[in-house]
Amino acid sequence: MIGFLRRILLIDIFKGLALTLRYTYSKVYTEQYPREKVKLAERYRGAPRLNNDPETGETLCISCDLCAEACPEDLIVVSSVRDPESRKKVLTEYTFDTSRCLFCGLCQEVCPTNAIELTQDFELATYDRKSMLWNRARLEKGWDRIEGHKVYHK
Amino acid sequence: MDEPTILDAQELEINMGPQHPATHGVLRVKLKLDGERVLDADCVIGYLHRGVEKISENRTYTKCLPYYDRTDYIAAVSNALGYVLGVEKLMEIEVPERAVTVRIMMTEFNRIASHLLWLATHALDIGALTVFLYCFREREEILKLFENLFGARLTTHAFRIGGLWMDLPPGFEEAARKFIDEFPARVDEYEQLLTNNRIWIDRTKGIGVISGEEAIDYGLSGPPLRGSGVPYDLRRSRPYGGYDQYEFDVPVGLNGDTYDRYLIRMEEMRQSRRIIQQTLDRLPGGPIRGKVPRIIKPPVGEYYSGIEGPRGELGYYIVSDGSAFPFRVRIRPPTFINLQALKRLVKGHLVADVIAIIGTLDVVLGEIDR
Repeated sequence: MIGFLRRILLIDIFKGLALTLRYTYSKVYTEQYPREKVKLAERYRGAPRLNNDPETGETLCISCDLCAEACPEDLIVVSSVRDPESRKKVLTEYTFDTSRCLFCGLCQEVCPTNAIELTQDFELATYDRKSMLWNRARLEKGWDRIEGHKVYHK
Repeated sequence: MDEPTILDAQELEINMGPQHPATHGVLRVKLKLDGERVLDADCVIGYLHRGVEKISENRTYTKCLPYYDRTDYIAAVSNALGYVLGVEKLMEIEVPERAVTVRIMMTEFNRIASHLLWLATHALDIGALTVFLYCFREREEILKLFENLFGARLTTHAFRIGGLWMDLPPGFEEAARKFIDEFPARVDEYEQLLTNNRIWIDRTKGIGVISGEEAIDYGLSGPPLRGSGVPYDLRRSRPYGGYDQYEFDVPVGLNGDTYDRYLIRMEEMRQSRRIIQQTLDRLPGGPIRGKVPRIIKPPVGEYYSGIEGPRGELGYYIVSDGSAFPFRVRIRPPTFINLQALKRLVKGHLVADVIAIIGTLDVVLGEIDR
């Protein structure tokens, strides 16, 4: 009998409707992404960056090639020459193909000097494939500081 | 239905998918129809095939891991756990207690997130839009936890061989506790919207019924199997990765229909919350990574590492030939095998029920096609 009444009077459907009505007047949960900047975690793995020493401005990269070894997609190419005087490797070019990157973070994990780092920038869309291949200059500058790159959040 | 009448139309064959939004990806189902009734159904898969198993033959054991996130992208943490446990077993690596506990915690968080996505899309397919928005709110909270700990939301690259990448970030435990304190009330909300809802019951009860014996014959696992009354949960029947130290119940259905599978997944979310509560209470200190050699070269041998993913038994069969590259990694995806039952489940139902049945099997095409 009770079950029949519940069915006739649509009690359970009204219970659900009461819940949705309550939510109509509650705080909005949605993030207004393009208008608001998204707060990303410190560890977020986004656009790569090649770090410089903040004091001297020289690159932290010691051209050990470990990142290129660790990359599952083999998309990092490190070129270096050996300095005849100090017998040290000097970085000449560093390319990073973001079109094939998995953003797994294995390169920054193996880097002994924290030179390569995946940063919090994530708006990597470009108009052509060529500009997805990043060279050393672009990697050192950081993606959000490249001229002509429109950052969608203000 | 069997007796021909004057109104009988010709058999009609139509394609559902691969672009149909209710097929959860790129699944194509060839339906043979008699009016609205389904006579037969054939699944066509492979639209998302990337050859993950073949790729892993050309990568070292460490490099394989990010690819497995991309098989079942909704339960990336579970995928990582299965593989990592297998390699650790092959190499006999001891994993520190803290890493073990965090792994279980995150896998259970992932189970909740996966079930939330399932509930959201399943309800959406059947026509309840509200639940979708509520579920995604909770899922977002879990994804934020993933982002804080792993550095990514979906393709988490969660675990490393021998432990974890990094320790828990500051504030993580409080955030996790806050979530699990609020979560039971949220599940009650979903249940308030659906469980006794007349429309929901009419759409799910008695749809896609499969008996326990038949479910075993089809090789089903996970909620589709437990919905038919078979209490088979690998966390309980073959404990792995420290699950034997935790208390939880394995919910089992009675009728083996879509409604029972729905109830089971709702209960599983509550049980996962219970496990997370226990991991947070006992979370030990100490290192997060065991002693791992620089180059991972398991000795010659093979190991099958099966875990209970959110969708069923997820297995990694790893064959090592002693080199730094796996000789073969065979993935046993739970939904690939669960999907085989679709043909049997949809027979005699209406076209609209096919959508409910695809939803209840919780297919993820990234995993089926690999």
